[in-house]
Formats: sequence, structure tokens, C-alpha cells
Amino acid sequence: MHELGIVFYIIRDVKKVAEENSVGHVSKVVMSIGEVSTIIPDYLTDCWRWAADKEPLLKGCTLEIQQVPAVSYCGDCNSEFGTVDFGKKCPLCGSENTWLLRGNEVEIKEIACD
Amino acid sequence: MDEVKVIEIKKSVFADNDKDADLLRKELKDSGVYLLNLMSSPGSGKTTTLIKTINLIKDKIRVAVMEADIDSDVDAVKIKEATGIPSIQLHTGGMCHLDAEMTRQGLANVDLKDADLVILENVGNLVCPAEFDTGAVRNAMILSVPEGHDKPLKYPLMFSVCDLVVVNKIDVLPYFDFDMEKCREYVHMRNPKAQIIPICAKTGEGVEKLAEWILNEVKNWKNN
Ligand SMILES: Nc1nc2c(ncn2[C@@H]2O[C@H](COP(=O)(O)OP(=O)(O)OP(=O)(O)O)[C@@H](O)[C@H]2O)c(=O)[nH]1
Ligand SMILES: [Mg+2]
Ligand SMILES: [Zn+2]
Repeated sequence: MHELGIVFYIIRDVKKVAEENSVGHVSKVVMSIGEVSTIIPDYLTDCWRWAADKEPLLKGCTLEIQQVPAVSYCGDCNSEFGTVDFGKKCPLCGSENTWLLRGNEVEIKEIACD
Repeated sequence: MDEVKVIEIKKSVFADNDKDADLLRKELKDSGVYLLNLMSSPGSGKTTTLIKTINLIKDKIRVAVMEADIDSDVDAVKIKEATGIPSIQLHTGGMCHLDAEMTRQGLANVDLKDADLVILENVGNLVCPAEFDTGAVRNAMILSVPEGHDKPLKYPLMFSVCDLVVVNKIDVLPYFDFDMEKCREYVHMRNPKAQIIPICAKTGEGVEKLAEWILNEVKNWKNN
């Protein structure tokens, strides 16, 4: 299960930030999760609940997920298009010389502390 | 005093690991040990392929193997018995992949003075190991015929991080609709520079090409 591993990394990073800022309890962690990041938000929040409640610092802490839509760029006609709808092929010119601009994020955006 | 304080972080969950992996790569370069990270789905033939390949190269370079498994040591024992080379077992403690820190901890149990090449058999999985840089010089993966030639389309990240794709179990090609040409095309969509080597680990067919690839890699890396 992929998401549980990710949760352990989030916990490690949040712990570090909490320590650096002398925070006693974190009430919310906000994540930016890209649409094509391979993370399934529901699994991530399930794993989070299980693992976070074992840590005094994170007991009851909610995990908020902000989805980032995946957008690709076409290097031949310089247009942007939705990766999930069109995949590798540019819908405007048919080129496959395209790459992902965003949508791959697994990022901790911010934390709220009380 | 019930004020909520918000701390902005804006940091990728993979950032620390990427840095750590680069550091490990440098440390390994200094000790002259080439680390190869081998990935695949469960059961595609990693252990069988390693045994056949190691027996072809073990007289030319000093090899050690690290077997990563969620919770058993059958593979490490098999390698040791079939090849006689040092082989250690890493337990991932339920994790679906190895990261650079776990790899470093595993390497601490390997006699690096007596090794030119360490091969890491990663956890069988096409998603998670691709996201975590282990600090290896190269990533290689095994795709077995029964899995189908469309895997590069379904697991793009895995195929884009691998420099070598070994297509195993070619002995069963007659029973599956696996299309080798399509497979090549799809792999190259993900990584135009990827090498593709078809083998049958069971009989050893094609394994000499894989052995040659590894020996060349290690030689070129050492001379650089
Ligand atoms: N027909 C055929 N079977 C093979 C070949 N290579 C491996 N196998 C069989 O595939 C099965 C799995 O092989 P392993 O080498 O254990 O695969 P693995 O990738 O190490 O498996 P895990 O470590 O469990 O992920 C075994 O029954 C092997 O005998 C091959 O070239 N042809
Ligand atoms: Mg194995
Ligand atoms: Zn275009």
C-alpha cells in the first residue's frame, strides 16, 4: 500500500517543522496532491487517520487535500491542455512532443497549529 | 489564546529523499561501489534472473546482493545457495518501497571493500519504488511476458526512470499475445534511451547480453 508509506513521510516532515517552531499540537495539515500523482486521496486520508492518531503531536489532526489538476504543454504549438483528457497527444496539433507542467505534486502546503 | 497559527511549508514529500539519494550516490562513487536498483512486479523473475546473471559475472567482478522484502528471507537464502556470493536481506517493515535511508542502512551490512557491484532487488511493485530514488547509479526493471506489452503505458513513471528493461519469460511468448515491437515502442515513448534485453531466465537464453550490459556499465562508471 503506497499511501501508507507517503503518510510516514508526511508525519516525519511535519514533526520536523513542529519541532523547529516549538509547536505542541498540529490541528490540520494541508496537502497539494496532483491529479496524476498516483496518490488516491481517500486511501491517503484513511492511512493518515490510522497513523496520525498514534502520535500525540497529531492526535485528531485533519488532513486536507487540495487537488491540483494535471496540465500538459505542447512544445510544437505552445498550447496547454488537460493531461487526463488528452494524454500524451496534443488535441490541437496532434504532436506527442508534450510534457507535464503540473499535476504530479505530492506536497505539504501548510500546517495549522493550536 | 486559542489562536491558530499557520505555517507555510510548500515542500515535496520526496525532496528529502532526493537529496539523501544524491549524497549516497556520491559516497558510493568514493568507495568505488556501483549500485544497481532492480525493480519489477512480484514474480516477474528478479531472483531467477539475478542467479543466472551473477553466475556469469562473478568471476569477473565482485558482486553482492541486497534483497528487499516486506517480511521474508527466502530470496536472500536462494541467492546465496545458488551463487555463493554475499547476499543480505532487508526488511522494509511493511513499506512498499526502499528509500535512500533504508538503502544506506542495508549497505552498512555489506562489505563494501570487497564489492565492485551491489545489486538491490527492490520490493515487487511497479508504482512506489519508481518514486523513491535509492541512490543507485542506474535503475533497471524486469517486465515478464505474461504481464503484457502495455505496461509502459500503464506505469509511465517506472519506465521513465529505468535505463534498462529486461523482458523475461520469452519462452512463454507462444502462449501470450505479447508484442515485442509494441513493447519496444512503448518503452521508448517513456525513455528514448532505454535498452531492452529479451531473456529467458529459466533456460538462460539472452542472459549473456544482460551480463555484458552490467559489466560494461560498471567498467565505464569506474573509468569516469
Ligand atoms: N517460464 C518461465 N518462468 C520463469 C522464468 N523466470 C522465472 N520464472 C518463474 O517465475 C516465478 C517467479 O520467479 P522469481 O525469480 O521468484 O521472481 P521475483 O521477481 O524474484 O519474485 P518476487 O521476489 O516474489 O517479487 C518462479 O516460479 C520462476 O521459476 C522464465 O524465464 N520463464
Ligand atoms: Mg524475488
Ligand atoms: Zn500542439
